[in-house]
Amino acid sequence: MKIVIIDYGAGNIKSIQFAFKRLGFEAVLSNDPDEIKAADKIIFPGVGEASSAMKMLRKSKLDVLIPTLTQPVLGICLGMQLLCKTTAEGNAEGLGVFDVHVKRFNTRVKVPQMGWNTISDLKSDLFKNINNKSYMYLVHSYYAEHCNEAIATTDYDVVYASALQKNNFYGVQFHPEKSSDAGEQLLKNFTEL
Amino acid sequence: MLAKRIIPCLDIKNGRTVKGVNFVGLRDAGDPVSLAKKYAALGADELVLLDISATLEGRKTMLDMVLKVAEQVNIPFTVGGGISSIEDVDALLKSGADKVSINSSAIKRPELINELANKFGNQCITVAIDAKQIDGSWIVHVAGGSIPTTLDLFSWAKEAEERGAGEILFTSMNNDGTKNGFANEALSKLSTTLNIPIIASGGAGNMAHFVDAFHVGKADAALAASVFHFGEIEIKDLKQELKDNNIEVRL
Repeated sequence: MKIVIIDYGAGNIKSIQFAFKRLGFEAVLSNDPDEIKAADKIIFPGVGEASSAMKMLRKSKLDVLIPTLTQPVLGICLGMQLLCKTTAEGNAEGLGVFDVHVKRFNTRVKVPQMGWNTISDLKSDLFKNINNKSYMYLVHSYYAEHCNEAIATTDYDVVYASALQKNNFYGVQFHPEKSSDAGEQLLKNFTEL
Repeated sequence: MLAKRIIPCLDIKNGRTVKGVNFVGLRDAGDPVSLAKKYAALGADELVLLDISATLEGRKTMLDMVLKVAEQVNIPFTVGGGISSIEDVDALLKSGADKVSINSSAIKRPELINELANKFGNQCITVAIDAKQIDGSWIVHVAGGSIPTTLDLFSWAKEAEERGAGEILFTSMNNDGTKNGFANEALSKLSTTLNIPIIASGGAGNMAHFVDAFHVGKADAALAASVFHFGEIEIKDLKQELKDNNIEVRL
């Protein structure tokens, strides 16, 4: 199986590569459209700021390519947020795969949300053998609103969509590569989709 | 609900965990990679690796070690010690660190916090503060706590937040090493005046101290070293104790 991690200069991808390596898969980094299109599974990572990440995607024309992909794509953290319609972070337009807006947490709670929180209302094979209310590791200041495309929810200030799915596109707000056994199970499930 | 975090801290010198070397009579606290792996398996929520190497060679060893920890450990970890530039942070994050912790370098040049937060995002910038209560005021210290500054803990922490710190790691020098509990009053003040997570550090001696750090000190996470390294407190028991005291933890 060929797993490609989309490389557009955003953040730390080493941990994702290592997580797949622990599962016995090699995940290669690439920004080459042909290599990305030929992959069996695609990871769309992201750490950092949304509007500058969108700029990097446009510069490499990956913003056009990504929504046309037909194989399973997993957006992680900012990667998931960039697959949404818009984000309040830097007032950026997203790739529009998910029909949902990304908002900032209210300052009634500490921002960023940092640490382990539970996922509930699990609705996809992505969560096979993962218990409801499993803890996942999250670090974020912005969240996708609860919507029809939510396949998991988390409660922090509000109940929001901590995972999304539309057709072959999946997104998780948490970091499966850093979420201990439950996270590893999720990555394993993704390889089996 | 967001869980409170338990964070073992590994002090590393030239590739070995060294905290408490004398305490166990020259037997060092172990290989950091296997220790990190062990803590992750035992339920630690996060790890802090603090590089106390004074030499360039020691720092290079650290980068190799960070890579090995990232390869083998499936929970997040922060690396601190001697970080003073964008290049330092870039190298650590590329080696697989999730966050970095800066201390003296931020006090020397506070703009560093802005630069790092802008470049890497505030979620991966922890500002560590060592402070000591002197005549009622909490005075920030640098160089491993050896040199006092003119900064007040609370105003410096607030400034760090405004400049883009994602988290504050507060070590009370009055409590550190005493095993008499965390500095809960100062912690609580920090936690209620700032809107970013606060990690309590310094003073852990028993499980009740952790309960107090969360209930009284309102901390978001608690860090300790020797009580974990020398098996005085087992992380699983600690988390059960916290849960029994109605503190949300990942069990």
